[in-house]
Amino acid sequence: MEFDFSPVWDGWRDLAHGALITIEVTVGAIILGCLIGLAIGLGRLDPKKRVVYGLCTAYVSFIRGTPLLVQLFIWFFGLPHFGLNFPAFFCGIVGMGIYSGAYVSEIVRGAIQSVERGQMEAARSLGMPYRMAMREIVVPQALVRMIPPLGNEFIALIKNSSLVSLLTIADLMHEGQKIISTSYRSLEVYLAIALVYFVLTNLTGLGLRVIERRLGAGGLV
Amino acid sequence: MAAEPIVSAHGLTKSFGAVAVLKGVDFDILPSKVSVVIGPSGSGKSTLLRCCNGLETADGGTIRICGQTLIADGRMLPEADLNALRRQVGMVFQSFNLFPHLTVLGNVTIGPRKLRGLSAGDAEAAARKLLDKVGLAHKADAYPATLSGGQKQRVAIARALAMEPQVMLFDEPTSALDPELVGEVLQVMKALAAEGMTMMVVTHEMGFAREVADTVAVMDHGVVLEVGPPAQIFDDPQHPRTREFLQAVTRRG
Repeated sequence: MEFDFSPVWDGWRDLAHGALITIEVTVGAIILGCLIGLAIGLGRLDPKKRVVYGLCTAYVSFIRGTPLLVQLFIWFFGLPHFGLNFPAFFCGIVGMGIYSGAYVSEIVRGAIQSVERGQMEAARSLGMPYRMAMREIVVPQALVRMIPPLGNEFIALIKNSSLVSLLTIADLMHEGQKIISTSYRSLEVYLAIALVYFVLTNLTGLGLRVIERRLGAGGLV
Repeated sequence: MAAEPIVSAHGLTKSFGAVAVLKGVDFDILPSKVSVVIGPSGSGKSTLLRCCNGLETADGGTIRICGQTLIADGRMLPEADLNALRRQVGMVFQSFNLFPHLTVLGNVTIGPRKLRGLSAGDAEAAARKLLDKVGLAHKADAYPATLSGGQKQRVAIARALAMEPQVMLFDEPTSALDPELVGEVLQVMKALAAEGMTMMVVTHEMGFAREVADTVAVMDHGVVLEVGPPAQIFDDPQHPRTREFLQAVTRRG
């Protein structure tokens, strides 16, 4: 057997455009996921606030307990039955953001709970209200501890974004399959897009490590 | 007429689960006095101190502090009033609890800036004065991770003083320190006492208690065994358990 990468070279513009879409969807989902994750994570700190805690816990267990693909299909194919027609791109970002938010919330909760109790006590003993103590003292320290697990989550999200190709979004995966459908060179094209995903995920990992080192040097131990 | 106490606890009770930690504690501190609480580990002295700024919630009894009723029969002051009250009650912890993401100056200025409405400039000027007082003016821009334990605790004292409290609570302030670093912290506390700061100090430093305290309270198993001037407690203890405790401590020393 022999390799023929010419379909990849011929289609590189489409692949590049697909990669750009992949980046857009993922970045959108990461931003949304972090906002949701922060809110849900904070909501799961105190089991005594039963309504908030219960709602947030239900969110995490439902979203984490069902496949991303099923959730994406509900957004794109399911909701139109109720007259809710969202564009594919919107469904991709929102579906992935909501999915990621559940995982990010656990990262947020774990990082905040890992900050020594004495930090909250010291802040409160100065007279800080709870929210101010969280904002000024606890969360800044927790942020640094979130970076390594967030790196894992972002990388997983980049890879999972290949699923949005099934919502007719022209991402990297989608463009690759288009090239395969005319050239029949599956192996070469899949190897090529695997390489692109590999580069994207590793650049993300590298970037986060740089940020982590910067924050560490700034005293945010 | 005697001055009204700044801190006044009556009939305090507190349990952690099935364990009764405070079993009806009465405790007063008069203005500008230093009150030292001693006693074996687990006697409830730290819990008593932590009740005095609401970090622990007493189950029963009352605490009046700085002219306000902090807690009465398990009912704590409303959140907003509690926060305001805590600004007047400085607290120093055994494990320092400095904010590691802020510089020394940041640690000392954050309270005044965020809670007393001082401008950054005013807060910094005041903080530098306080750091000078605890002998750490040269460490203003350092991060806590680079300081020794004794330096950390002196910063923590400056951080509490920056709120201009009416009373300072010290929870075993030297217990986490290497022996050679204890002196520098006690020195700062002695200077503070000499200035007339009202202080409640939970400690195992008997030398400090004898030298600086106006009154010494001995706690054991959740009750105050006896209260008196240091000379009386150390030289003529009334309660047999006080004698046992003091003997154990001095033998160790």
